[in-house]
Amino acid sequence: MSKHPVVQWIDRRFPFTAFFKHELTEYKVPRNLSYWWNFGFLAGFVLVLQVVSGVFLAMHYKPDAQLAFASIEHIMRDVNYGWLLRYMHSTGASAFFVVIYIHMARTLYYGSFRAPRELMWWSGQVLLLTLMATAFMGYLLPWGQMSYWGAQVITNLFRATPFIGDQVVVWLRGDFVVGDATLNRFFVLHFFFPFLIFGIVGLHLVALHFVRSSNPSGINLKDEDNISLHPYFTFKDLFGLGIFLLIFCGFVFFYPDFFIEPDNNIPADPLKTPPHITPEWYFLPFYAILRAIPDMLGGVVAMTLSILVFAAMPYLDRSQIPGGSRYRPFYRAMFWAFVVDLSVLTYVGAQPATDEMALVGRIATIIYFSLFMVLPIISKREEAWLFVRGLPQEVMAMIAGEKESDRRKRSMDRRKTERRQGEE
Amino acid sequence: MSDDDKVQDPQRRDFLGKATAVVGGAGVAASCWPLISSMNPATDVLSKATTEVSLGAIAQGDAKTVSWQGKPVFIVHRTESQIRSMNNSPGGKDPQPDGERVLRPEWLVIVGVCTHLGCVPNRTAEGWTCPCHGSQYDLSGRILKGPAPRNLELPPYQFIADDKIIIGKA
Repeated sequence: MSKHPVVQWIDRRFPFTAFFKHELTEYKVPRNLSYWWNFGFLAGFVLVLQVVSGVFLAMHYKPDAQLAFASIEHIMRDVNYGWLLRYMHSTGASAFFVVIYIHMARTLYYGSFRAPRELMWWSGQVLLLTLMATAFMGYLLPWGQMSYWGAQVITNLFRATPFIGDQVVVWLRGDFVVGDATLNRFFVLHFFFPFLIFGIVGLHLVALHFVRSSNPSGINLKDEDNISLHPYFTFKDLFGLGIFLLIFCGFVFFYPDFFIEPDNNIPADPLKTPPHITPEWYFLPFYAILRAIPDMLGGVVAMTLSILVFAAMPYLDRSQIPGGSRYRPFYRAMFWAFVVDLSVLTYVGAQPATDEMALVGRIATIIYFSLFMVLPIISKREEAWLFVRGLPQEVMAMIAGEKESDRRKRSMDRRKTERRQGEE
Repeated sequence: MSDDDKVQDPQRRDFLGKATAVVGGAGVAASCWPLISSMNPATDVLSKATTEVSLGAIAQGDAKTVSWQGKPVFIVHRTESQIRSMNNSPGGKDPQPDGERVLRPEWLVIVGVCTHLGCVPNRTAEGWTCPCHGSQYDLSGRILKGPAPRNLELPPYQFIADDKIIIGKA
């Protein structure tokens, strides 16, 4: 196939064709990827959607405590398609978290965070934290009651900083309370953080194309047995995108207020907290953990740990059996227990602070952390149990065959010898 | 090569390398300071320091919320029975006699910002309840129950007339 002269001209000066070959048409992807592997692409799509809608919203928004609330109304009523931009952006924020949480759940379920993909997992975790910060700051911009009191509560969390807590809070806000200075800087940072996100996504993708995708079976085939990203998985991604957009547009056009708290249609009032404030749904489990601890510093520490603890997963899961939950009944049960526990915490986080709810929240918090803490023991015991009970041939062959897993092989041989000795 | 050829002196190179790193690092750190400092409250924010309130319109048993440095301040005209019950109670987990929390017992002046995470507590018959995480305060602003670590703060204030106070100046 002869190349267009312009492409030829570029290729002599820049690795244009070579790049697409290397990263798309000759980049090999496991042929058994399921639809759960679509969510990374979807997250990238939502990121672009948020940046595009956000840039156009920013052309009409005014980050001023006196003008902000009215400028949202101006966008909704006067700006051409302003309602569409705003609803895409507000629904997009929730969609972003749906997609990211599913992406993380897939990674946990199939054990994709384990060696050699730890840096993918950790860069993903940094992305999650940056996304949370961006979403939190963006939520202040409409300057409604929920916006205002959400920002007040979250900035107040930094009061738990030892010794200089009060000064840190005033520094973050630029005022004694959340005020005009806070709104202005949150707007700027809300605009700036996506630049960081793009940078970290770049690292995430470079790491991905180096270690390659994990897959549902956990068994790595040779390159010639796999298929290329383009056209096979680009089209699978596009089909998934179609499904995603059907649901997304359903919300944007038919339930645009679904993710918007009614109280946020009341302008911010620094002298009156609404009777029941809740954060956005994607923060609810962590908010429930914050409320579960009666001590303020303890609550803040527990909430921080509840997010950071994911980083330890590559070390907490000590099993060497590939494929995550696929071959591991105990790990699978723990995964689903975690999902149920998170749902309970989400529910508790949305309820008013009563004694009963605090108790449920406390139990769910204990279960949340216990699951992480018992994982090292359970994963090791489960591994030993599965070796005795037997695993599919391919899995055993893979564990035994991989060159860098010589060490594992030795430990298995040792187990076999021990078993034989035990029988004798 | 002569013996006094300092170009080949690795110790000297190490020293120069380290000195450059130290001076460069100090320079970067120092140049961050204006950026960090610029995020602190500006002078116009700092100048909103005091608020004057006339108390004449607040009947016994009533309360009023005023804004001081952007924060709500609760002013309560307490009744005799309320004062008595507050005097008889030591407070909750941060005990403090009621007498130390007021200049004149019938006037309670407190900052209406929950010491937990900064919400504004709502008025109840017995005092205040924070809508965010359920902290409960009595009619002296003392924490009784909930996650808040301390009693509601007392702003600096003084009576400039019998029915007038200035908040922000002790």
